[in-house]
Amino acid sequence: MTHMFESALIQPGTVVNLSRRFVLKGLVSAGTLVIGTSFLPGAARAASAWKTGADLMTGGTVNNPHVFIAIDSSGVVTILASRAEMGTGIRTSLPMVVADEMEADWSQVRVEQAPGDNIKYGNQDTDGSRSVRHFFWPMRQCGAAMRMMLEQAAAARWEIDVSSVRAQNHEVVNLVTSEVVGYGALAKAASALAVPPVEALRFKDPRDFRYIGTGAIQIVDLRDITMGKATYGLDAKMPGMKFAVIAHPPVVGGKVVSYDASETLKVPGVEKVVTLATSPFPLAFQPLGGVAVIARSTGSAIKGREKLKVVWDDGPNASYDSVAYRAQMEEAVTKPGLVVRDDGDAEGALKSAAKVISATYYLPHLAHASMEPPTATAHVADGKCVAYVSCQWPGDCQTDVAKALGIARENVTIYPLLMGGAFGRKSCYDYVIEAALLSKATGQPIKVVWTREDDLQHDTYHTVSVERIDAGVDKDGKVVAWRHRTCAPSLMSTFKNDYDHQSPIELGMGVVDNPFDIPNLRCENPAAKAHVRIGWFRVVSNIPHAFAIQSMVGEIAAALGRDQRDMLLEMIGPARTLDPRTFRGVKDFWNYGDPVETWPIETGRLSRVVEIATDKIGWGRSLPKGHGLGVAGHRCFLSYIATAVEVAVDDKGNLSIPRVETAIDCGFYINPERIRALCEGGAVMGTALAKNSEMTFKNGRAQQSNFHDFLLARITEVPLKVGVHIVPADLNIPSSGVGEPPLAPFAPALCNAIFAATGKRIRNLPIGNQLAT
Amino acid sequence: MVTLQVNGRTYSYDGDPSVPLLWVLRDELGLTGTKFGCGIGLCGACTVHIDGAAARSCLLTAEQASGKEVVTIEGLDPTGNGNHPVQVAWREASAPQCGYCHAGQIMNAAALLAKTPKPSQDEILTAMNGNICRCGCYQRINEAILLATAGV
Repeated sequence: MTHMFESALIQPGTVVNLSRRFVLKGLVSAGTLVIGTSFLPGAARAASAWKTGADLMTGGTVNNPHVFIAIDSSGVVTILASRAEMGTGIRTSLPMVVADEMEADWSQVRVEQAPGDNIKYGNQDTDGSRSVRHFFWPMRQCGAAMRMMLEQAAAARWEIDVSSVRAQNHEVVNLVTSEVVGYGALAKAASALAVPPVEALRFKDPRDFRYIGTGAIQIVDLRDITMGKATYGLDAKMPGMKFAVIAHPPVVGGKVVSYDASETLKVPGVEKVVTLATSPFPLAFQPLGGVAVIARSTGSAIKGREKLKVVWDDGPNASYDSVAYRAQMEEAVTKPGLVVRDDGDAEGALKSAAKVISATYYLPHLAHASMEPPTATAHVADGKCVAYVSCQWPGDCQTDVAKALGIARENVTIYPLLMGGAFGRKSCYDYVIEAALLSKATGQPIKVVWTREDDLQHDTYHTVSVERIDAGVDKDGKVVAWRHRTCAPSLMSTFKNDYDHQSPIELGMGVVDNPFDIPNLRCENPAAKAHVRIGWFRVVSNIPHAFAIQSMVGEIAAALGRDQRDMLLEMIGPARTLDPRTFRGVKDFWNYGDPVETWPIETGRLSRVVEIATDKIGWGRSLPKGHGLGVAGHRCFLSYIATAVEVAVDDKGNLSIPRVETAIDCGFYINPERIRALCEGGAVMGTALAKNSEMTFKNGRAQQSNFHDFLLARITEVPLKVGVHIVPADLNIPSSGVGEPPLAPFAPALCNAIFAATGKRIRNLPIGNQLAT
Repeated sequence: MVTLQVNGRTYSYDGDPSVPLLWVLRDELGLTGTKFGCGIGLCGACTVHIDGAAARSCLLTAEQASGKEVVTIEGLDPTGNGNHPVQVAWREASAPQCGYCHAGQIMNAAALLAKTPKPSQDEILTAMNGNICRCGCYQRINEAILLATAGV
């Protein structure tokens, strides 16, 4: 018997009887339990020891052990992971917090994935590198409450005061008699107790953490992954399921005029063809429309789609040409734009400067290209929907699928499976709505599979951008003026029509929050209109902003004959605490959605990671011919990260990366083993975007279609020697982001190293053949 | 009717014989350990063993696979316990992040080691160059293969 919540009766991905599932109460039920008043719906949310912006998001956070923890009579503890797993290890890390704080033995813990429900589990938007900083304390509170309830149950059993018992490694010890009782034997009694209120919780001394901070726990899915048993979104199975691939309009916003499916329907295995309506602008996460081919297998559906003849109306984006668009943006940054920060008098200081250094940088659209393309499996029947998804936002997905089907949210059950990578693309769940609509139209369970061609044709791309920086240096070599013009279509254009400036979210990713110690600092944002769907791509606008800013530091150092590291540390300036809301002209500073009071800009922490990364790589050592060192340091997602790169460029311009050292200060951390993995991965994804990755458009159509022309990094070209150094931090230093930051400093560090090695300055990414001699 | 030998079992497939083996394995036989990444043989996510050699199951039709011995990640360790030396080494190195491409990576590495038990570093990189990992686990993939080579 399982106490606390009703453990999942259905393992994701197993073949189940759908009709039976609909009569269940749902995956998780707290029905029969006594629930403390502080956990009633809509009542007080978890009080975090550090104040976050979580309550501004739908559902906020939840810290109720009845929701997250189940203990069965054999002692197996089941902990729900409410955040979606895309490869960061969050499905392990947050349950590990619960387990550690409740003194559970990790070997007796099972992790299950919560279905999509922002209200029940707290916000589930798994992005923004925010899972740990928002949920560390609620999960810790959950674990502490459970431990105290187990202690209380044991004390009652022995009829002694609760101060005479102590929970310890999956059992409670009687401090008077030294008797012990296991968690399994206490589960029923503990589950009947009221949950202690947050203010009464006693927490473990962090010195007693068994798992947190040790890096000794491997991800819970590791064995299954190595055996091919881990269940990803693409692996969902439903009885009677059919497979759909969709011919989307080749240009975003386009519509079907007419189609001829006669040849398609002759393809063996093809069963049906169904049209999907094009959603109006702004598209947000709504389907693109098109013609779906439904077949007995994905392979047959793909073959059927090849025979489909569709006449399209390409719509308003039919003339998008990324070459012409780039020229427009390059023109735009030669002129003043909307002023978004204006400290001192940058224009005057540039005029009176002894030297002005100017450069313009370009970063193209990028595609997420997660190895698992977008996919979802849904069955709509009897006014209800069950879907297995690969999705970063299962909670909002539940809400929007319900809206699309015209049914109540409670009638939609979303099971998030493992994602085969996501990087921001799978926040947008258009493909889940497609699966739901196709199931509704056919009455059958439908798996929608996007092919790689679909994925690259209709990504929610990283934006395209041109950054121009003019820096003024006085006669003593001090940088006294900085004017940064940043031009890029905004991701907000996906959600609002006619949104043609960068939003405070994007401007707050390195532009207006620039921490440099420069008295005259002006930021401008010329307008740019979007012609494709723009979304979040790992570390988002920090990519172009950090690339431009950190490259410019290298350019200034070179112009002044200074060492690049020294120049960067001088520009960061002395250790101080900054609040960008006090910078002149800065409006709606967002600070990654979290309070500046908890996470101000601390320049000393930025300098320290720069020092660590450069020290570790042996900055200043003599190097073989063709080698060079470069560095970049950046604050993003509230963390401080620096990467130092050693590059080697041969006589023909072939580039290799013998060594990378990354230092990260992410405050208090849970799983250093995964932090290292994510930093190593950042160097690989960074290599891809710096060297080769680029999406271009002509006539509104993406010109790249698969991995022969959208190039990712391969094992022969990436740095295999990546050192990762995590700045130690205790609980007084609030946790900050890890998933995204490692990507931000890589490209500028690499390009600064290339300059050191060759004297050639890369201002346009990708590098491509720019180094060829 | 196409007869397939997969992981030591015999299957009959009554569908279109020109459909890629990948989709027959996944959608018809339910062997979803083999992954789809590109469909044109450029990423290696769908790697299986055909008569002992690594092959991209997206490039091979069901018909072409008929009469051959197909092994997928599910059958790499015939005992079903996931203890092939490459799988063990993979866990030792904590190689995966999202893990999606890793079935293909493991199958490719296992085929390499079956043919060349002590590959040089260059041989490892050359053999693994066709397998893309977007999360960027290459450092640990390399480490895992070195571990497997050394016999963990």
